[in-house]
Amino acid sequence: MRRDEMLNALFPAGWEPAVLEPDYFEGRASVGATTVTVIGTAEHAEVGADLALRMAAAVLDTVRERPGEPILFLVDTKGQRLRRRDELLGLNGYMAHLAKCVEIARGRGHVIVSVVYGEAVSGGYLTTGMMADACYALGDAEIKVMNLPAMARITKIPLERLEALAQHSPVFSPGVANYHRMGHLREVWTDDYPRRLAEALAELAATDAASRRRDRRIEAGAARGGRAMAAVVVERVRSDG
Amino acid sequence: MRRSFFEASARDRLLELVDAGSFRELIPPEARVSSPHLAMLDQPVAFDDGLIAGAATLDGQPVLVAAQEGAFLGGAIGEVHGAKLVGLIERARAERPAAVLILFDSGGVRLHEANAGLIAVSEIIRALLAARAEGLRFIGLIGGSGGCFGGTGLIARCCDALVMSEEGRLAMSGPEVIETVHGVEEFDSRDRALVWRVTGGKHRYLLGEAGALVADDIGAFRAAAIRLLDAPAGLSLDSVEREHALLAERWRRFGSCDDAPEIWRALGVPPGEDVAMMSAEDFVAMAQRCIGRPA
Amino acid sequence: MERLQYELESRGAVAVRKPVLVGVTASGNCEVLVEGGGAPDRCAIDVQTSARGFGEIWQAVLRDFGERHAAGGLKIEIHDVGATPAVVSLRLDQALEAWEEGDA
Repeated sequence: MRRDEMLNALFPAGWEPAVLEPDYFEGRASVGATTVTVIGTAEHAEVGADLALRMAAAVLDTVRERPGEPILFLVDTKGQRLRRRDELLGLNGYMAHLAKCVEIARGRGHVIVSVVYGEAVSGGYLTTGMMADACYALGDAEIKVMNLPAMARITKIPLERLEALAQHSPVFSPGVANYHRMGHLREVWTDDYPRRLAEALAELAATDAASRRRDRRIEAGAARGGRAMAAVVVERVRSDG
Repeated sequence: MRRSFFEASARDRLLELVDAGSFRELIPPEARVSSPHLAMLDQPVAFDDGLIAGAATLDGQPVLVAAQEGAFLGGAIGEVHGAKLVGLIERARAERPAAVLILFDSGGVRLHEANAGLIAVSEIIRALLAARAEGLRFIGLIGGSGGCFGGTGLIARCCDALVMSEEGRLAMSGPEVIETVHGVEEFDSRDRALVWRVTGGKHRYLLGEAGALVADDIGAFRAAAIRLLDAPAGLSLDSVEREHALLAERWRRFGSCDDAPEIWRALGVPPGEDVAMMSAEDFVAMAQRCIGRPA
Repeated sequence: MERLQYELESRGAVAVRKPVLVGVTASGNCEVLVEGGGAPDRCAIDVQTSARGFGEIWQAVLRDFGERHAAGGLKIEIHDVGATPAVVSLRLDQALEAWEEGDA
């Protein structure tokens, strides 16, 4: 789904943009009785150092000026910018900084939710949407690390083999259903977006902060059968004598 | 006698980094906890899935330590490898060691388990940052052949401090990927000098991304890690706002640069200095003299 | 991948050591895990290799290894990615040396 259609669907009463550029937007919106800060990418945005910095600034502004206000990341990105200049300046440091800002916000009681509505690819998704207390995606969205043909070329595993395995393994191929089964997405939304968003926020608001800080995605992955080993391995490393 | 960090296996690096005889492995190789996904793809596996984790002491102080084996599938992170790191960080939150040491040597997410790897990276970052907010100290060490790229580079830049050798590389995307997408003028991945100017330890040190630059010697990494046991640690709004100001200033000053030497000169490195050829010791002395590094 | 399993006659190894691992699963290399607990005058070797069709060469390399070393009572598992016979022999030698020097 594209941004304007998504915004109309998610916020039928409208929203207050503070920044509205082709590939980036910020503002606030009402969800029921709650006001949320909105930070979003659009048009399959490329995340470079400057965009990471802007998103970090938006998070820090919320922490400073609107204590406790929920933060909503709306995600449509094709991944990190692939330019020498960004690497030179330390793109991964800018992205890591954004993750730190989100963690600070979480620690100060801000509920953090993300919704993928377009694409979410690798590095562009990692330090934004994937840092949320709860991650969601629309039914027609896409989440991936890489397309299968490119994966086949790099791993030298025949594409037919990958495609065949992808039929029953959620471990490597693109798709929101896979990311749900692996435990990463709390839910995939196919309709009634305003109500689902309101419920997501309410559910988190009703949870205490310490509990919100616990990342439950490994348990979810085990419960849904997408990741059988991670939970066992975490437990062994954590508690083996 | 120098022992090359670059040439050593992850296991050997780890054993020589920590106090002799102090290392106790968690989920040792004989437990055979390796990747079921690689097996399903008929690919070779590693007994430890390319990640060695355990407890040890460093200069007599208790530490938890992990080392990535860059030679195994490029050190890339899969389900088991990633879960070992998450488990280690959760153990740290309970045991509160003097530091968690991570020897990074990894190209990022393991494609064969792409979704598991990507999710694991985000779980590691969340666990690491939560632990830092509780005052735990994370020291990353980068100097292996796999470099520190992609999701692994993000994890590294979430640590309190990084030690790099000149051979170490730290970036988001590999030069080959950039060249494939945008052409050789954008990034000639076969120009080794360029790769090291843009992603290598000396540049990262001058930029302030790495807090220590050492020779390619396990003993030098050990000494630097020991020094960092006393360095400031923790994650607070203040520290994050300071970093924000620093990153914003860096973008303002250098956002239009496309190679490292302009940046180095602007930072105060004298034009005559042959940064690439200097030994680690001479380079660090020069940096401290000319630009006040470490900051 | 091809899986090959061998049982060699060998004189008794130094007994009671913790498992040792040498090498790396990487191109041109192999990792070798050595454990105790096998029949005292035999060495059981389990090879998983990405290079198919070299069974006879493995047989020769491993028989030579069994003759040169006291490997009876040991169980050895190898993950190989196209290592040459020389590299395999080296890793096996390193593994036995580590075993003999290791802790009980």
